Amino acid sequence: MDDIWQPIWLSIRLATVTTAFLLVLGAPLAWWLARSPRRWKEAVAAIVAMPLVLPPTVLGFYLLLALGPDGPAQYLNGHGLAFTFEGLVIGSIIYSLPFVVQPIRNAFEAFGEKPLEAAATLGAGPWDRFWHVALPLARPGILTGAVLGFAHTIGEFGVVLMIGGDIPGETRVLSVAIYEYVETLQWRKAHLLAGGMVAFAFIVVLAVLLLNRRPVRQGASA
Amino acid sequence: MTGQIDAAFEGALGDFRLDTAFTAAMTGVTALFGPSGSGKTTVLRCIAGLTRMQGRLSVNGRDWQSAEAFTPAHQRPVGYVFQDANLFPQLTVTGNLNFAAKRSGKRSNGDNPAIDFDETIDLLGLAPLMQRMPAALSGGERQRVAVGRALLSRPQVLLMDEPLSGLDQAAKADILPYLERLTDTLAIPVLYVSHDIGEVARLADHMVLLNSGRAIASGTIGDMLERLDLGPLVEPFEESVLATAEITGHDPKYRLTRLICCGQPLTIPEADLAIGETVRLRIRARDVALATKRPEGISIRNILEGHIAEISAAPGAAHAETLVDINGARLRARITLEALAELELTVGAPVFALVKSVTFDGRSIAQKQSG
Repeated sequence: MDDIWQPIWLSIRLATVTTAFLLVLGAPLAWWLARSPRRWKEAVAAIVAMPLVLPPTVLGFYLLLALGPDGPAQYLNGHGLAFTFEGLVIGSIIYSLPFVVQPIRNAFEAFGEKPLEAAATLGAGPWDRFWHVALPLARPGILTGAVLGFAHTIGEFGVVLMIGGDIPGETRVLSVAIYEYVETLQWRKAHLLAGGMVAFAFIVVLAVLLLNRRPVRQGASA
Repeated sequence: MTGQIDAAFEGALGDFRLDTAFTAAMTGVTALFGPSGSGKTTVLRCIAGLTRMQGRLSVNGRDWQSAEAFTPAHQRPVGYVFQDANLFPQLTVTGNLNFAAKRSGKRSNGDNPAIDFDETIDLLGLAPLMQRMPAALSGGERQRVAVGRALLSRPQVLLMDEPLSGLDQAAKADILPYLERLTDTLAIPVLYVSHDIGEVARLADHMVLLNSGRAIASGTIGDMLERLDLGPLVEPFEESVLATAEITGHDPKYRLTRLICCGQPLTIPEADLAIGETVRLRIRARDVALATKRPEGISIRNILEGHIAEISAAPGAAHAETLVDINGARLRARITLEALAELELTVGAPVFALVKSVTFDGRSIAQKQSG
């Protein structure tokens, strides 16, 4: 039974590391998308959102080329990042980015300019305003983004299979393991993991719904 | 120049064009007054650095905006009270006040006024509200917190953008005494945007009159209200003057308060004011009638003797605006053209100005002297 825990832990590790990177990258990116006056920011937004519509195999294919021994990743360590945990992290960040950026951007846009103006007149500089006004006000959106990013990384399959393959302990994550068990007719193990994923998905969706039901509407009109 | 705000802004926001230049004293309350759409709020936002237009701005001898430089909002030592309070919704009242207090030292040049935290809480009556969230405050309470928050940032000038316009009459009446006390107690100059002449007459010492994006006149509040030519810009029926009066006694039997105004006795409904105190009375033009002889057998209690100083009539109007000089102080009276002709009123003619006592209410009496 030990071998069914290995992919579970690997998936959780991958999702945790990925989510951490996603928040660090996604929050400033969402801030820029929400506030920049530049016209071409929507082109950037479209690129960020592309994993939503692209088949995972297409994304995986290009990532494989990029991370492979002949792609740009070879300059990092000489042999690229394909079929490694680090490669999976990079792929997952790109694949799950829209799920994190979109809710955070919405949250930043929802509270508008006014609290930031108040903060500016009270002496808060741009960084101070982002850190002490924007982030706290966007908290529900950030939590939603984190939960969605985490869950989406746990559930990904196509991209992982393309760039990570099926190396136990390194790239054999949950979804790949289920596929493997089904292929080798180990129904009981497949059932355990698949059933667990169903329960997990329910909890995640419920959590997001509850997060968004929190009264965001505050300080309304007199 | 030191001791004043020197501003000139020019630019367009959509269809609206602003092209205005004015100076305001760094003492007392200066009202930026004008009809809606005259550019008052835009001017205030330009001074705070929240809106950027072409122009220049110097405050107390320091350039905040010039052709070459623009000091960003967070480096300008201003306090800004927004029309809708604009408190941080996720913070308690204490949190909102602390946000300001914590950052108050950052943009000081050593010349910002010292503002004591507890004194501010006291002055604005905030103590019972400290643990509440903004959403749980009434409109008037929120605005008081907003004023406190702006003060605690230790500004060199306090900018207030129609702080009372979102409030109902009761809430206004509740907050006005706080504002009066504040502007009397603190040595911080205030720029006060409003389109309510009653509010301005009660709080302001100076007035800059704006219309269609231009500053068209400025002066002390008393002088500005006496100018007949500016009438059309003030709400009709709200034209008024300010008179300084001293409380001489109370009459508990008839519930009246007696005053001396321009050397002549005046009676108003009982007001909670100490004998000897000097107050500012706002007397509206529509509440003043004129007579050529001292009337007898009349219910009007206030009969002030003087002479006509100025007469003006807008073309097409049925009434004339007159300015009556009473021992140097001035009252405005609005009378019909017919009355003007029948009484043969001309400049210099002696008249008696009649003012009904009951036209004075809490809103027209301010516990500060006319500027």
